[in-house]
This record gives sequence, C-alpha cells and structure tokens, in this order.
Amino acid sequence: MYGWIWRHLPGGTAAKAVLALVLVLAVVALLLFVVFPWVEPRLPFNDVTVDQ
Amino acid sequence: MADPDQGLDDRTQRWERAPELGGAPVPGRPPVPGRPPEPPRPPVQQFDPDEDDRAEQPRPRTPVWQVLARGLGELLVTAGVVVLLFAFYEVYVTDLLNDRRQDQLAEQIEEQWEAAAPATPEVAPPVGEPLTVLHVPRLGADWSRVVLEGTAEEQLSQGPGHYVGTAQPGEPGNLALAGHRVGKGSPFLDADQLLPGDPIVVETADSWFVYRVLGDAATGDYATDPSGIPGQQIVRPSDVSVIAPTPGGTEATAAYLTLTTCHPKYSAQQRLIVHAVLDGGAISKAEAPDGPPALRGD
Repeated sequence: MYGWIWRHLPGGTAAKAVLALVLVLAVVALLLFVVFPWVEPRLPFNDVTVDQ
Repeated sequence: MADPDQGLDDRTQRWERAPELGGAPVPGRPPVPGRPPEPPRPPVQQFDPDEDDRAEQPRPRTPVWQVLARGLGELLVTAGVVVLLFAFYEVYVTDLLNDRRQDQLAEQIEEQWEAAAPATPEVAPPVGEPLTVLHVPRLGADWSRVVLEGTAEEQLSQGPGHYVGTAQPGEPGNLALAGHRVGKGSPFLDADQLLPGDPIVVETADSWFVYRVLGDAATGDYATDPSGIPGQQIVRPSDVSVIAPTPGGTEATAAYLTLTTCHPKYSAQQRLIVHAVLDGGAISKAEAPDGPPALRGD
C-alpha cells in the first residue's frame, strides 16, 4: 500500500518525501478535525451524567 | 644483436597457430579450454519506478500470500497509529478547541448580562445557552468555566452543563452540574481534590453565590456533615438520587450544589459526585464587583 503510493508520487526522492509529508499531514488533519469529532459522541466512554 | 629471422616472412597460416589458453576464440575452431563460452546475455531491463506496467513485470513475482500479509501488516500498523492519534485528540486537541469555545461563551454571557440588567435568575435559559459562570479556587487560582443549560454531549463538549429541571443558582433545591473529567477542557479533572469547606462560587448576572463542599472542614472527613449528605461520593451511573432536590432525598430542604463527572479518570464506569451547600445568601455584584471574599482568597 505505502510502497504503491511511493512509486506513484512524481519527482525525485526529495520531492517524493515532501509530497509524502504533505499527504500524511492532510490525513492527520482530516482525522482530527472531521472524523474524530464525528465518531466521538458515538463512543460509550465519555458519559459524565447520571441517568438511567 | 641482430635478429636472424628478421626480414623473413612468416608463412604459417594464422589459423594453424596454437591458440593461447584463455585467448580470444578463433573463428571456425573449437572453443578454447579454460575459457567457457559466454552464455547469451539476457536483455538488460531497466527498472523504471515511474512506469507501473514495466515495474511489475521484471521483478520476480512475489507470492500472493506475501502481498496479502504485507498489506495486512501495513493496515494493522496504520490502525494502531490512528488509535494513538485518537487518544491524543481526546486528551489534548479537544482541550484546545474547548478553550476557544469557552472564551466565546464568556464574552457571550457578559453581553447577555449587560443587556438584561434586571435578570430573573429563576428562569432557565433555553437548552444550549450559557447559564452561569462557575469559579472554583481549589481547581486553580483563575479557574472559571461558563456553564450551559443542558447536559447533552453538544453542551458538555463546550463546558459544564446544568441538568435541565434542577434548581437555579441560589434557589432551594439542587443546582446539579455535569462536566467532563478528561478532555473537552477537562473542567472537573481534579474534582476529587475538593476538600470539605472548599468554596464553589456561582456567578449570575447580578450576584455571587458561595457554596461550600459538605463534610467536616476540620478533619477533612466528607462523611460527617450534619446534614448526613457526604461531600464526595462515588456512585453507579444510574444513581439519579444524587441530583434529587435534596441529594439522596426528595423535598428541597436547602440550596445544594452537585457536581457529577466520570470516575475513574479515562473511564465511564462510575460517577464522582461532589455535594456542596449554599453558604450565606446572594452577594450583590454591586457590593463586590471583584467577587466574594471566598473567591479573592481573603
């Protein structure tokens, strides 16, 4: 999977490294600001109230 | 010394000469021992990383199970990293987001208070609107949080929430507040550090209300309060009696304040409960613009 991505990145090693870093940061930002806020209320370990 | 053969022609034929060992092969003659015939060279294939078709062909084919195992391994490592990132998000990133939200809410409630000077604190705002500001010196010198009406996750992710239908600040009954222990600003992270007698100050549009944690301030024993209500307890999540008008009872007998949060930290197995009771009456903001004595630390 990662090998395939690396082979498909254009440019030399330096350009590939920069592009790979940009890709990693984009995925991290997507997880932190879109996926996790959406998924979090659906998980059970965050209840602080008393109720039935 | 002159060479005697000099000037004589060499009449031997070239192909009659004995070939040297390891020398170049002579056309039309059997191969020379000691020099194996060169095997035919395979055509040189250049590995070109940019071209997928050719890149897949020249290398020896990896078995399918190897490709699958590698893919599975990469997937599992990725999943582990994502889970770690989620823990990082829960503990740190939600705090950052919550800090910003709390600043906005503090501004919003200030504006509300200025706009509606003769406020009627007995009327609850709509769910999701800021209700009061909570100050707890034990949790930090400047510790304050804007409390919102409602205890759904939408409110709790912004700050402590007020259980709908429980008492308003200063009112007889039980002012019940829920807040996150870890993450989302961690408002009640150190709620277990509150000692008997510690002030919990509730700020409204025109007054301060000082509640004090129940228990014996002299010995630090939570259980020996004259009211019979403990200053701190750990209960099951289904125990709603802690937010009853009188904790553990039914009728409103005094103005109580109850904090609920999860326990132990990083878990939602149980609830940590802190009970406090109103100490004295409302302190007008006009008289004490900087806060009641309990908050100023004198």
